[in-house]
Order: sequence, then C-alpha cells, then structure tokens
Amino acid sequence: MESAQKYFRTIRDVPTEDYFAPGHRLCAGCGPSLAMKLSMKAIRMPTLVVNATGCVEVSTSLFPYVSWRLPWIHVAFENTAAVASGISEAFKILEKKGRGKMHDVIAIAGDGGTFDIGLQALSGALERNHKMLYICYDNEAYMNTGIQRSGATPVGAATTTSPAGKVVPGKQERKKDLIGIVAAHRIPYAATASISHPLDFINKVRKALEIDGPTFIHVLTPCTLGWRYPSSQTIKIARLAVETRYFPIIEVENGRVRINIKVTRPKPLEEFLEAQGRFRHLFEPENKHILEILKHQVEENWNRLLKLEEIGLYA
Amino acid sequence: MSELKQVRKIALTGDEAVAYAAKQADVDVIAAYPITPQTIIVERLSKYVADGELNAAFIQAESEHSAISICLGAALAGARTFTSTASQGLALMHEVLHIASSMRAPIVMAIANRALNSPLNIHCDHSDVMNARDTGWVHLFANNVQQAYDLTLMAFKIAEDPELLLPVSVNLDGFILTHSVEPLEVLSDEDIQRYIPHIPYPYRIDFDRPLAYGVMALPDTYMEFRRQLYEVIAKAYEVFRDASESFSNISGRLYNLITPYFVEDAEIIVVALGSTVETLRYIARKFRERNVKIGVVGLTMYRPFPEKEIANTLANAKCVAVMDRAYSYGGVGGPLYTDILSTLYKNGIRTMVADFVYGLGGRDFKLMDAEELFNKLVKSVEVGRFGQDIYWWGVRE
Amino acid sequence: MTEIDVNKIIKGEFSWKTLPPAAMVKVPTSLEYKTGVWRIEKPIIDQSKCTKCLLCWIYCPDMAVKRIDGGSVEIDYEFCKGCGICAEVCPPKAIKMVEE
Repeated sequence: MESAQKYFRTIRDVPTEDYFAPGHRLCAGCGPSLAMKLSMKAIRMPTLVVNATGCVEVSTSLFPYVSWRLPWIHVAFENTAAVASGISEAFKILEKKGRGKMHDVIAIAGDGGTFDIGLQALSGALERNHKMLYICYDNEAYMNTGIQRSGATPVGAATTTSPAGKVVPGKQERKKDLIGIVAAHRIPYAATASISHPLDFINKVRKALEIDGPTFIHVLTPCTLGWRYPSSQTIKIARLAVETRYFPIIEVENGRVRINIKVTRPKPLEEFLEAQGRFRHLFEPENKHILEILKHQVEENWNRLLKLEEIGLYA
Repeated sequence: MSELKQVRKIALTGDEAVAYAAKQADVDVIAAYPITPQTIIVERLSKYVADGELNAAFIQAESEHSAISICLGAALAGARTFTSTASQGLALMHEVLHIASSMRAPIVMAIANRALNSPLNIHCDHSDVMNARDTGWVHLFANNVQQAYDLTLMAFKIAEDPELLLPVSVNLDGFILTHSVEPLEVLSDEDIQRYIPHIPYPYRIDFDRPLAYGVMALPDTYMEFRRQLYEVIAKAYEVFRDASESFSNISGRLYNLITPYFVEDAEIIVVALGSTVETLRYIARKFRERNVKIGVVGLTMYRPFPEKEIANTLANAKCVAVMDRAYSYGGVGGPLYTDILSTLYKNGIRTMVADFVYGLGGRDFKLMDAEELFNKLVKSVEVGRFGQDIYWWGVRE
Repeated sequence: MTEIDVNKIIKGEFSWKTLPPAAMVKVPTSLEYKTGVWRIEKPIIDQSKCTKCLLCWIYCPDMAVKRIDGGSVEIDYEFCKGCGICAEVCPPKAIKMVEE
C-alpha cells in the first residue's frame, strides 16, 4: 500500500491558494473551519462542494456573504450524499454525451448530518459506487443547533440533550464506529484524520480525490464552544485525541486497515478529557465508573485495530 | 398542415407511454425508487438504458427522498432529469419538493396518483399530489394515455424554458391510466429532438463560473426570494401556451390550460381532474342529446391555477359541481373545490357550488355514477340549491 | 444577475427584482465582512524569533496568516479573530497575544 504522504511532503509544499475564503462566521478557533481550509488545499481540478445543513453551511453562506471560491451547493440536512451522487453522475453522463466537463465532487457534512440523519443517504451513495469524496467533520454533537448529542458523541460527554445531571451523568451510549460502517460497504478508500495533523489530512483528501469511486474521510474537529475550552487550544486538543489513542488515525484501503500514526506510548486519556469542560463531571468520584468505561473502550478499540491490521482486514 | 408527419399509432399503458416519452426526450439522469403503480415506468427506463437504447445514468435510489435529491443535484449540474413516484413516495420527497422549486431546478416527475396511507391503499386518488400542491411545482394532469405521453414531452419544454426553470409534475391516475392499455400516437425521435433540444441550464454548476446554491437568508432577505417564486410561477401560463403551440406543430394536438366541453350555454358545469373527465364527458354528451344544458371542464394545468380561464368559463353557469378525488381534512372542502370557490368569489361570480368527494382509494366512478350525479345536479337546479355543500359520493353511510 | 453588491444589500438597498434568482450568488463574497472586528486580543509576531516553519500559517482557521516574501509570515488583521491558535502552536513562541 502506498503511503498517504505522497502529494504534499512538507508544509511548504501546500498551495497558498485558498478555495475557502476568510470572512466566514465560524467561531474564533473553530475546528471545522480549519478542516474546510485544509481540505480545500488538496483540490486538483474543477471541483465543487455539496454541504449539509450545519455549522459550516450556515456560517459560510449567510446571504449575501459566501465564503467559498468554488461552486457550493446546500440542499438540506440529510441528503448530502444523495445530492452529491446526482451531481457526480450528471457530470459523468454529460461528459460522455459531450455537454459538460467532469468535476471532482466533495460532499461535506458534520457528524450530525452523517452519523444520524444522513446515514441512509451515505450508505446508498457508497453502495452505488459513485465517484465522490465524502468528508465528515466531527465535532461530536449537533453543534449548530446548540450542542445536542449525536451518534458521534462519546460515552460520558455532556451535551444539552445528554447533560451531566444528578441522576444521568452525561451520554450513556457509545460513539458509533462510523469508519467501520463505511468500510463495511467495501469502498476503495476510507480514512480518519485530525486537524492536528494537517499534512496527513491534506494528503488523504488528495489521495481520495484521485480514486475513481466512493471515498470517505472522517476528520476530528474540536469545537471550542461545545467541548468547552479556550479557543487557542483547538490544535492541542485535536492532537491529544490522537496521542491518547482516543481517535486513531487509520486508512482502510480495499478492506485492509493500516494505522497511520502508531501511538506506542499513549498519553493518559485524562489529559485529553480534563482539557475540556464537557467531561469535567467524569472527575467526580461518583462518575469514576464512566471514566473507566471510556478508557476501556479506547483501549479495546486500539487493540482491535492492531489485530485487524495484523490479519489485514477491516471489513 | 404541410407535409405528412412521421407518426406511429401504438398501444401502451400509461406507465409505458411515460417511460417511452422520457426515453425519446433523451433524459440524462433518472433517479427513482419503485412504488406501485409507478414501477413499470422505472423498470422500462432501466431496460432502455441497459439495452443501450437510452444514453442516460439510471440510478435506483435507496429512498424517494434520495431519489429527488439526486435529481436536484443532477439538474443543477445541467442534466435533463426525470423521476417518478406515487403516494407515500411523493410524501417522503416532500421537503425536497419545496427546495427543488425554490432552487429553480427543471426536474420532470411523473406521479402515478395513488392514495395516501392510512389505511394502506395502492389505488387511485389525488391525495398524493394535493399534498404537494403548494410546493411551487407546475402540476399537469393527464386524462388518458395519449395525454400522459404528450404532457411528459411538454413538461420538459415547460420546465427548461429559460423564463421558467421550475420543476413540473405530470399526473396520471394510478392503475386507471398507468396500467390500462390505450392507443396513442407517438412522435418521431427527430421531431422530439427538435421540440426539446438540449439547452444548457443557465445556472449550471461550473467551476469557471462558481455560484453558491441554497444559501441561508435571514428575515431581511428571505421574503424577497419567495416573492421571486411567486412571480416566476405565474410565467407558467405563458410558457405552457408556447410549449403547447410548438407541440401542436409536430403532433397536431393543441393543449389548453383547461378543456371545456359543451360549456358555451351550459347551465350545469362539472369540474374534474384526471381520467374522470372522460367519464363525465361521455355522459354529458348523452344528456346533451336530451337537451340538458350540461358541460364538463377538465384542468390540464392545476398549478399554477388557471384562474382567469375558470372564471370566464364558469361565469354564467347556474350550478357548478366540483369533483374532488382528495380532501383537505379540517378545511372548507376538497382542494379543487376550495380553489374553484375562491376563484368564483374573487371574480364576483355567485352560483350554486357543491363538492363531490369521490373515488378515494380507487373506488370506481363509473358511467352509472356520472349519470346518477348529473340527475342529481339537474334536480338541485330545479330546487334552486344543494342539500349539502360536501357530498361523499358512493360511501356507505 | 448572480453578481451582487454586498454593501448595498446590507443597507437594504435591494428589491426582489435585483436579488439573484434563488439567491444563486457569484462567489466569493465574504471578503467584505471583516471578521477582525471580533477580536479582543491580537497576535503580534516577533520576526526576529520566527523560524519560518509556517505552522501558524497552516493552522489558522481564518486564513489570516499570510506567507510573505522571504519565507516568513504576517497577520491579516482584517480577518484575524484573535483565537490565539497561532501563538499556541508557534514552537519558538515568536507570537504573543496582546490586548486589542
């Protein structure tokens, strides 16, 4: 398997052009906004973006201000993958019939528009094998509507619909294994990424765009407001997520998994959790068991990935 | 009429005719989800593509919501798109129907009109499209298989007109038209290519002319965008007329917004949509033979509503009977009745009007029913008023 | 029809006739919205300490760090929101956040 670090070797190699423009309304220190900037650095030919309703969409298309420098389409919340499918097939047939030219199609949705309401459309699009890249930027809750829990919210996290209450201390359910769900569709390429590792992310976007089929990238994008930390810490927290093995950086290429960043000496998960207000209640003595559950899940997931890498399979 | 047109007379079901029209229209992208009684349309198109007879992308979506979303994306990319659905499928598309019109996507959709749940019923009524009345789509209704074919072709012309750029639905009665074999004249591929050539969608997605589609608008601008839609859909009357005129040049058949039949001196006028219009006409002719002054009006275009034409036609009637194959629960009456009543009032026309809710869930409205209905209307005129405003025809009370 | 004058629209000088159909805006237009006014702290770069690693440039979520001739960087104060990420990631601590 080829290394993802193929197109841009160093930061200096990353193009200076920005297809994501300043003047957007995303928060100071917003993780998703950085993911948008980085992914747009990897564009290789005429490209368009299909965007789901969410933080990015609302903050980058507030009429009359639009922060994109390429065609950008928003339809609704749950059908990003479907709209992208239609555009992809349209360009393909139009080029075949001599009435249009191919464009790279990038579908971008948050964890809200992907893990939950958008899962059906995503699954259908992946099964039908359209050429498109789907990027899910994950801030682990429905941030745009006020930090409500999603299928991407980890166990123990406090959100407005899974608050750290006296009886129920935060979300009780585990985060969905989205990469697993996507890999089960046997698509050519799926990967995870973090904005703390920009070169890895940009290279993966480019690698995905080069593939003639459905591709998927799940990028972790901390949210300063929703995760409750000072805006300057976004990169540090995204890096801690990787360094504690909380968010493994992997690729699944034709069903075979490879862990890109082998965290041999993981930092304690507490370091990641205590930097964020949404986990503060886990440090109360009565909630210690939830902290243990989360730690156990992280460890179990890591060991599982190591085993899968060994046997050469994810799905 | 100049030279002999190349026409063929064949026999097809409504579904087959619609599929054939879409094939001849050289659609680029088809995205659909099967639902009775539309399945034949989708299957036919799939076969045309698989056999290389139609050069298009055939996508079976994983739900109707995705099917219409795929069409919307494809239309913005500049493809000629076609889909079809019915009943629950149309209801599932609902959110996107509003978006398709307000994003000015010229999608053509055939709706095989079928009842909405619950109870589950796969047979004909108009509740599905009536639920989509206000979505900003142009809604056309076919009375027979020939019309289903013709209106599908016209739908592309109307939808893609640069003055309009709105999605158009072609409604055909589930099972009654979709599955009944009728003779029809089909046109040549060449005539159709000349009628509806591929013209580039003016706002197509293009990296070299990048636009933002579907932005967010706050209270300070949203209403102006909606005002645009109000203005645009009103252009459909003219666009329909233009499309109809050029269609008659290749087919010899001219379509008007409404189809008046024996209305000139009519004292009683019955208004209806879909295949029932033909049932009513047949009996109207019988009554005319007995010198009963009865007429029938069918609507070919239901949205935008042909207000002027309806007002002019109904102006001198002593009595109007509106046939509704759907109802607006909790409202003043059925959807067509409400439109007719508003039209009459707005135009200062005061006459006896009654709503006949009929045929829900495919309950047959036979010639016998039309006869009974007309007799009732005649009697009501004699009495000078209707016994009720709303009649539920043929229901076991 | 798709080109707009952002400043006119903001002042309310428009009608449904002059707005682009279906709000299909020619992009980009957000450059007229200077997010620099959001700041309460601003980053100051000590160029003498700068090692030209470009980490601040890659990590700025607002494209407010610009690469300049000579390999170094400068802040675009029109758009900088003062989030402090650049100061945080700078290895030699050449960037300081000072009150606006």
